[in-house]
Amino acid sequence: MAERIVSRPEALPLGPIGGRGIGWNGMVMLVVAEASLFGYLLFSYYYLAVSNPPGWVLESEPSLKLALPNTFLLLASSVAAWWGERGIRKDDRGQALGGIGLAIAMGAVFAIVQGFEWKDKAYGLGTSSYTALYFVTTGFHMAHVIAGLMILGALWLWTWRGFFSPLRMLPMANGIVYWHFVDAVWLAVFSTYYLSPYLGVGQ
Amino acid sequence: MSAADLTAGREGPLADTDTRLSRTPRVAVADAALRDRLERIWRTEPGLKGWFGTVDHKEIGKRYLVTAFIMLAIGGIEALVLRLQLAGPNKHLLTPEQYNELFSTHGMTMIFLYAGPVLSGFSNYFFPLWLGARDMAFPRMNALSYWIYLAAALFLYAGPLVGAGPNDGWFNYVPYAEKAFNPGINEDIYALGMVFLGISTSVGAANFIVTAARCRAPGMSINRLPIMVWGTLTASAANLVVIPAVSLAFFLLWMDRNLGTSFFTVAGGGEPLLWQHLFWLFGHPWVYAIVLPAMGMVSDGLPTFSRTPLVGYTLVALSTVATMLLGFGVWVHHMFATGLPGLGLAFFSGASIIITIPSAVAVFAWLATIWLGKPVFTTAFKFFAGMILLFVIGGVSGFMTASVPADWQLTDTYFVVAHLHYVLIGINVFPVCGATYMWFPKMTGRLMDERLGWWNFWTMFLGFNLAFLPMHLTGLLGMPRRIYTYDAGMGFSALNMITTIGSFVFAVGVLMFFWNVIKSRRSGAIAGPDPWSGPSLEWTIPSPPPPYNFAVIPTVASRHPLWEDQLDETENRSSFEEGMTLDEGKEALAVSILDAEPDRILKMPSDTTAPFWLTVATAVLFAGLLGKLWWLAALGGIGAIASLAFWNEPRTKLLEREPDAHEERRNG
Ligand code: HEM
Ligand SMILES: [Cu+2]
Repeated sequence: MAERIVSRPEALPLGPIGGRGIGWNGMVMLVVAEASLFGYLLFSYYYLAVSNPPGWVLESEPSLKLALPNTFLLLASSVAAWWGERGIRKDDRGQALGGIGLAIAMGAVFAIVQGFEWKDKAYGLGTSSYTALYFVTTGFHMAHVIAGLMILGALWLWTWRGFFSPLRMLPMANGIVYWHFVDAVWLAVFSTYYLSPYLGVGQ
Repeated sequence: MSAADLTAGREGPLADTDTRLSRTPRVAVADAALRDRLERIWRTEPGLKGWFGTVDHKEIGKRYLVTAFIMLAIGGIEALVLRLQLAGPNKHLLTPEQYNELFSTHGMTMIFLYAGPVLSGFSNYFFPLWLGARDMAFPRMNALSYWIYLAAALFLYAGPLVGAGPNDGWFNYVPYAEKAFNPGINEDIYALGMVFLGISTSVGAANFIVTAARCRAPGMSINRLPIMVWGTLTASAANLVVIPAVSLAFFLLWMDRNLGTSFFTVAGGGEPLLWQHLFWLFGHPWVYAIVLPAMGMVSDGLPTFSRTPLVGYTLVALSTVATMLLGFGVWVHHMFATGLPGLGLAFFSGASIIITIPSAVAVFAWLATIWLGKPVFTTAFKFFAGMILLFVIGGVSGFMTASVPADWQLTDTYFVVAHLHYVLIGINVFPVCGATYMWFPKMTGRLMDERLGWWNFWTMFLGFNLAFLPMHLTGLLGMPRRIYTYDAGMGFSALNMITTIGSFVFAVGVLMFFWNVIKSRRSGAIAGPDPWSGPSLEWTIPSPPPPYNFAVIPTVASRHPLWEDQLDETENRSSFEEGMTLDEGKEALAVSILDAEPDRILKMPSDTTAPFWLTVATAVLFAGLLGKLWWLAALGGIGAIASLAFWNEPRTKLLEREPDAHEERRNG
């Protein structure tokens, strides 16, 4: 005789715990969609680079004077954010506030330096398809930096108000991952616009 | 997972018995008291606040369906006007510019505002019911995706309403769409509207994926999912990664037109073909996104009415996924005539021909299911079975255009118009009508009229074929698509007249469908929970379902939970009467992705107007961009940020944060 089975789980976690929970799956979706967006921007770059005559890349040796240190700064901010998140995991609010605060400061400096970088360019948005794509790609990235800074700001505030503990911290885990994502994207953008010309792409 | 695992590897104190962090769900038989309690927890408040704030997937699903059907009607009327213009040679009902706007608006409406959203509507309503869940994974995002869809539809239609509809076809090729050749505001509205709409589709896609992955009844492992879930899941996975391509394309176009860039114009080093690549990278997967879920409807519907399980479940599920994976690699078949290098063409042509294999698998599975089953010839069955024929015709003409030399002859002729309507009407509209006949009773508690259904099906089926079958010939004779008229001596006149007559017959059929829906909603026969003796979970609950869907979480023991006694394939039986109650607040269950083992108790958000306000703010932002009123755009942006901040503030009720000290005291 066939038997009816009834699922009777033992104690189940209640709500999101630590960095785990269904909200985490949602975050992965956001990152995939956003990563695709940047993928298409870079696709456009390489597509235009190969379908244009040589000389399309206006700067065959882009200056790395500001961009390279700025890149390291952004990467360092990821480390700071990670360290801040660890603060929450250890229930050390001071470390969390310090880490996230530092990440915000570094991210803000990155944004300002990038502003100077834009100002220093000899060309404008409408000069050519290369310049348009340069400003749009770095501009999209900047929009993400600003969004990321707002998220970090909110996390800082919420940490300060004592919202998070090692066990209830999913918004923190998600926000920090978003910041890591913003940094990872910069690496792709940076390699494309600042490094690949040295390899002869689009020359 | 036990409470001990949950704390493993973590610092800080946590006793195994910490009831704040874990709970052993109560298992019981559903009774009136439980239903009462759940009803109070889950129901949407009446009144304006409830209407704007509801996050109930069933309410949202219905709104999606109603809106999408309205779009179908509007797009249909546009098509009929086009057909009147083409009924005979040298007619002057429409000017060439009006014709351009009308066919472009028709394409936009049907593809983006009807065909995709109507499937989202069904999936929204039925995902939790098929999966044995209480709601979607992210109910507030669900509400957001509907509101943005509605707002974007209104935004896009602002164009046609002021006489500035899109006028370069739904795929909007540059350089036609560039400012130099198209100075009006038409394309700006279309471009921004499409970026706006993209938000809705992406948000919805993310929600479907996570819901299918995590929000199922225990035991519903992935080899037991209804095919419809596979269809929507694969479509959503594709949408998630390809929507950004089209959003970006339209955004860059808007910049070209308004900010002096030159992404797509040769003069500034841009490349018109970049538009086509970005568009079709999205466009081809999208045409699968608007047919795969509909094919899923057929794969679930035919077995129900043939009273036998789908033949080759695993093959059909895999072919769904395979179609999508291959679908990423064939976009260039829309660009065969653009002068790309021969080797590339050969590759994409081959890939496009191979992609017919998984579709053929599905067709044979359906035929075998009917053959081996004992079909009940309901209206729904007729729509599903009729679809097979239309699918084969549309597939064959597609197969023909996948071959480069044939495509060079056929592209931009009425042959393509015939092909795309066989595919879109055949594989989208027909299954959607069948699905409505099948699931309307679940949504409303009433059956649709079968007698009217008979007339409905045959009118649509005959009208459709009368209109579109001759169109293949019109195309082979060389009539180009997208022309507003033709001369008398060209040999197209009779065929066009037949097509126009067929179109009107088809439209009458669609009208009967709408009439049946409206009439049956009030006076249809009472359906009961399971009018078709269906196999899947939605038929275990009352029609219409209560706000909480399942009073106790069902346990699934096989692929056909309600047919287990007949099929007698397994030792075990699924359980519907007894299960987890999850009634200590608005709660749902999350499971592991592959085996659907219970994994976590979810605290679900209650109704909120935040998604509505976020939509309003975003609409203001887009209106600002359209008018180049930067202050207005900024205002919208700030509003959107504020709504998001409010939305995402961690809440104690959702267990996203620790309670405040004073809150703890208050709660004792
Ligand atoms: C009563 C039913 C319908 C009729 C009579 C009809 C008729 C037409 C006509 C006359 C055109 C313009 C052909 C040209 O001038 O090139 C057209 C284009 C099109 N239709 Fe339909 N149609 C119907 C339903 C649909 C549906 C349900 C869909 C999609 C789900 C659809 C999708 C399209 C698309 C994508 C185009 C191409 C637009 C373009 O060239 O940019 N149609 N249709
Ligand atoms: Cu295609």
